[in-house]
Amino acid sequence: MLTKTFKRGVHPLHNMHEGKSATRDLPVREYVSDTVVISMAMNIGAPAKPCVKKGDHVDIGQVIGEAQGFMSVPVHASVSGEVVAVDSIPSLGAGNVQAVTIKNDFADTWVELHPLGNVEQVDPKAVIPAIQAAGITGMGGASFPTHVKLTFREGATCDTIVVNGAECETHLTADYRLMLEHSTRIVDGLRAVMRALNVPKGIIGIEDNKPEAIVAMEQACQGRAGVSVQPLKTKYPQGGEKQLIEAITGRQVPSGGLPIAAHVVVLNVGTCAAIADAVIDGKPLIQRICTVTGCVRKPSNLMVRIGTITEDIIGECGGYSETPGKIVFGGMMTGIAIPNDQMPVFKSSNGIVVLNEKQAKSKDESPCIHCGRCVAACPIGLNPYQIKVAADKSDFAAAEKLHVMDCILCGSCAYQCPSRRWLTPSFKFCKDHITAEAKAKAAASKPQPPSGDAARNAATSKDVDSMGKQSAGHASKQKGGATK
Amino acid sequence: MTILYAGILLGALGIIFGAVLTFASKKFHVEVDERVAQVRECLGGANCGACGYPGCDGFAAAVVAGEAPVNGCAPAGEKGAKAIGKIMGQEAVIGEKLVCRVLCQGSAGIAKDRYQYDGYQSCSTAAGLAGGPKDCRFACLGLGDCMDKCAFGAITMENGLCKVDPDKCTACGACVKACPRNVLKLLPVSASVIVRCRNSDTARVARAVCMDACIGCGRCKKECQNDAITVENGFARIDPEKCTRCGACAAVCPCKCITIE
Repeated sequence: MLTKTFKRGVHPLHNMHEGKSATRDLPVREYVSDTVVISMAMNIGAPAKPCVKKGDHVDIGQVIGEAQGFMSVPVHASVSGEVVAVDSIPSLGAGNVQAVTIKNDFADTWVELHPLGNVEQVDPKAVIPAIQAAGITGMGGASFPTHVKLTFREGATCDTIVVNGAECETHLTADYRLMLEHSTRIVDGLRAVMRALNVPKGIIGIEDNKPEAIVAMEQACQGRAGVSVQPLKTKYPQGGEKQLIEAITGRQVPSGGLPIAAHVVVLNVGTCAAIADAVIDGKPLIQRICTVTGCVRKPSNLMVRIGTITEDIIGECGGYSETPGKIVFGGMMTGIAIPNDQMPVFKSSNGIVVLNEKQAKSKDESPCIHCGRCVAACPIGLNPYQIKVAADKSDFAAAEKLHVMDCILCGSCAYQCPSRRWLTPSFKFCKDHITAEAKAKAAASKPQPPSGDAARNAATSKDVDSMGKQSAGHASKQKGGATK
Repeated sequence: MTILYAGILLGALGIIFGAVLTFASKKFHVEVDERVAQVRECLGGANCGACGYPGCDGFAAAVVAGEAPVNGCAPAGEKGAKAIGKIMGQEAVIGEKLVCRVLCQGSAGIAKDRYQYDGYQSCSTAAGLAGGPKDCRFACLGLGDCMDKCAFGAITMENGLCKVDPDKCTACGACVKACPRNVLKLLPVSASVIVRCRNSDTARVARAVCMDACIGCGRCKKECQNDAITVENGFARIDPEKCTRCGACAAVCPCKCITIE
């Protein structure tokens, strides 16, 4: 098998099958809970606005949150039943978000669906509006609205769609199970996007630690125009957008640019399957596969409805096997620790990993020994140890000169560091600060608000608003964060 | 003999270079306003940037150029502003001295914790992770972003809450900018009666997350003889101009969130 890859990178948990052995052979089970709490802010961009009231009856697939502008997607009810609350819950980022709580009546009544039919015959112009209406966001973790990704600026061209089946994160097997069990759906979704954008080529990249998935996807691709499978070397962050493009097409995305600058669009396999559901059946995004592993009695791959509470999911998996120290949404490298097990599942939650208290303990950092392992690990080609020196001094100008803004926060450098330096979190600190400063500068160049009491009052209400709008934080293993 | 040649050569070279340097210093002389150095002497010298200019040198040059006001350096204070005014031949208008106040009392044990935070020790990073480690979304996070920014050593962290030493504080405002929660505010020194909470949630929510939260009950407002207190957005605010520092409000506050310095 001829595999491709990118330069540098790391191979976490290489001696224990990337931590995936607990769940990789378990077929996906469906789990529907009594109550779901559906967050209105599940995408990058503006959160949706709730359009149901307490006491309303909703059917599956009914719009309960309306999109606010282009950079926003609608939110749909994932169960049928009664709306019991519309209130605010803590988000994974800063501040609170609106959420709709629905009590499931288990009648499973659907709203009227508008299927477009076979992807090979569908009107190409109807595909992107259908994706937008179905509320699809990137399902690999970043939750970028998919219809925005598929709408280019004037003059931009795309010649390849890359489908990300790498699943380079440790512990997660959600995409692997999807590729085994719904391989045709993924190819259908890919074909729909290829026809919508008039792109001749679609490549599905899969790491070589999943040979069964490679075979299944190759079979599904047979007889379909322009689609193929590319085996990739098992390496982290193979599933990073820029790394995947480098590995598959040999092109590099310019600094600060989007994949479209390299004439490529990258979609996750989960997103492709959701697109197929939206186009063929007219079904909105209401459920996803989520790997539950770590310190749970019965590790599983579950098909859960969006908004299912973590506690219920852990209960379905037999409960905690040890006292939990930290619960992480996503894999161990880029996942976010959640504050408590009342957090609902989002559209991008591809896994829930429970750590015990010993695993959750973060280590103190010791001085840099200048071994250069971080430099050898960085997939972007940065000098992490130098940026860390600038970050420790809060010298953001120096950090920017060392290209900290090109850092993808993958955590490879921190994983390799023998001194356990907190590299990635300090880069996130720098990036957040530089972004906030640029935003403040842009705001300052706009006309000033009136002075005096009016301005003072305005400032107070702005304080409150700005809290809700801060970007969501990432937290990897070293980035630490919430302990239950 | 050889040593003599070397001495003569070096001596000649010295004379030639000396002549060139003398000529250059006369020909390319740059007129420096001596007031810049004098003004620079009067400044705080912390390069805090609160004036909006790149460091103290930048501010001194701007004052002499007439671009910056003579009282623009907060750390220099009243004394510095008067001295600069004298150099510049202007009357320095001195406002009341400001001081930084902490509008939160949610120390560990008072404000409820949402989770144990063991990540990167920075308030701005912690604030971006599930709304911060404290349940109150207005509370001081106590990780010391303000302390790091303070060039005068006026801020210390005590029991998960920042504390400002009013004697050391120069009101440069660096900490106010650094705080992701807007807990710090510059207030006139004489405004000694302060509402130390800005939780705008409803009373039930505010009380659930912090023992010392302002619940906006309005008892202080009723007690105030001078109409100095307004209750808006769920918390009380005192107008320092109307307040007579009588302390009647602090005495009746059921949440003990009004303090007198």
